[in-house]
Amino acid sequence: MEKQVKLLQGNEACVEGAVMAGVRFFGGYPITPSTEIAEGMARRLPLLGGRFMQMEDEIASMASIIGASCAGAKSMTATSGPGFSLMQENLGYAYITETPCVIVNVQRGGPSTGLPTKVSQADTMQAGFGTHGDYRAIALAPSGVEEILYQTIEAVNLSEMYRTPVVLLLDEVTAHMREKVMIPSPEDVDVKQRRKPTVPPDWYKHFEISPTGVSPMAAFGDGYRFNITGLTHDQVGFPTAVSSEIVAMLDKLRDKIVKNAEDICDYELTEMDDDPKVAIVSYGIVARAAKQAVMMARDQRLKVGAVRPKTIWPLAVNRLRKLLKPVRKLIVAELNQGQLINMIKHHVDRRHTEIIPLQRYDGELITPAQILNKIKEVKHHGTQV
Amino acid sequence: MNRAKEKHAVGSDRYEIRLSGSGGQGLILAGVILAQAIGTIDGKNVVQSQSYGPEARGGASRADVVVSGDEIYYPKTMKLDLLLALTQEACDTYFRDMKETGTLIVDSNMVTQPPTQIYHGFPFIQLAKEEIGIAMVANVVSLGTICELTGIVSKKALIEVVKMRAPRGTEEKNMKALELGFKIAKEAKK
Repeated sequence: MEKQVKLLQGNEACVEGAVMAGVRFFGGYPITPSTEIAEGMARRLPLLGGRFMQMEDEIASMASIIGASCAGAKSMTATSGPGFSLMQENLGYAYITETPCVIVNVQRGGPSTGLPTKVSQADTMQAGFGTHGDYRAIALAPSGVEEILYQTIEAVNLSEMYRTPVVLLLDEVTAHMREKVMIPSPEDVDVKQRRKPTVPPDWYKHFEISPTGVSPMAAFGDGYRFNITGLTHDQVGFPTAVSSEIVAMLDKLRDKIVKNAEDICDYELTEMDDDPKVAIVSYGIVARAAKQAVMMARDQRLKVGAVRPKTIWPLAVNRLRKLLKPVRKLIVAELNQGQLINMIKHHVDRRHTEIIPLQRYDGELITPAQILNKIKEVKHHGTQV
Repeated sequence: MNRAKEKHAVGSDRYEIRLSGSGGQGLILAGVILAQAIGTIDGKNVVQSQSYGPEARGGASRADVVVSGDEIYYPKTMKLDLLLALTQEACDTYFRDMKETGTLIVDSNMVTQPPTQIYHGFPFIQLAKEEIGIAMVANVVSLGTICELTGIVSKKALIEVVKMRAPRGTEEKNMKALELGFKIAKEAKK
């Protein structure tokens, strides 16, 4: 089948991806700059036998997608900062009950209602640690419209494979800009389904400790009895205060993500082949400016490279360390007052690599010229390159 | 990776367009039409973006289109190759974003004080009103002119997308508007 080429907005590409990945329930509350996702899902889902529900607020939106997922549907919601904050409590419920679902957060300026129509990356940390308690998050961060389509599919797949909520972090610019997208034919799309139990109903444990670290999941109505609760629970799902069971549950939440981090996280590399001593780390839309800046720098015979994590939670730490080994000066560019930079500082050996911030939080994008200037400034001070 | 290596040159064929005027002139739609024609039919890479928020409703409004045969890294405009301005305010605001060698196209009735001597002026809105019957298609007239003057988009692609995007019942008027745009630009080139 010939591939279809369409001009799509980022938010529209997200809808396409969600539908292809098998999302059949969307519960949400419209908010700029994510509204086009709700609009698109409202248009598409009823035609596919799915359900779209506009809820009364984001607290209910999050609750609705957890419920739909427990009933067996792949479910999703979309919001922006203020709504993402409201979702945090129920998001925690999704983590502890290990319920697959996808939350799209189209970032805008904050805190609070902030800058509704302006770009930001200030929810970077919130995507990883927004709700209370110990858990590990998955957050994907595409940097273009076509990638939004594929990463939405990936987000749904990861949520199903690891039985966990997955955050898709977009921003105002990627969500609203239009780019050419090759729409893949359905047979080319790898769609994953959650593992269903195969044991007799009497033996079923909703949170069974399994060799893969992920328990099979029955849906309400499948004929398996189970209990889900926000309380710390045992394998069957009932509340527990036994220390070994508490630790087992928390370790399970952590390990299924941490032990698979190198599989979950991927990097896009630009001009890193010749071991540049200066490099830029950035994600999402900023990485596009970084890539442009690297090309401009290379034109001027400046040896610079760029690394873009496609997944910011979790980072594939071992690979990152290896990638950045030759780098002596590392510029971390982001649209906030310094969030990604803390993760990078944590993982990179700072005896060898100096970490230099480049931050912008006035609602505008970091420009390639800004990055190029920073590169030149950095190269001026020491480090013969 | 390899392709980037060979090339290095930063988007040597990168071409940046801004369609500007005031809210309600259909410039965002014009930007989408242009991007769709270039991207999905002419087969080049393209990014279309616009300003959102209160400033997009009334006041100066704009749609940006970046075109390249190669991968487009930075999706927003940096230095414009082409500026279309349908109001004096838009012209004054965005002229400074242009390259020195850039092309400026204005509505000659609306932009009475062009900031340079080197520009193309057409009375888009007046022509749309007089020749087509509705001022609303001035955006499509200007797309025809851009196509004829710059060749950044093929006529075939533009015609196809205008047909596709035109609201039902207005196809004929929009096609006439496009032809008018081609015509006035061709005459100006002589």
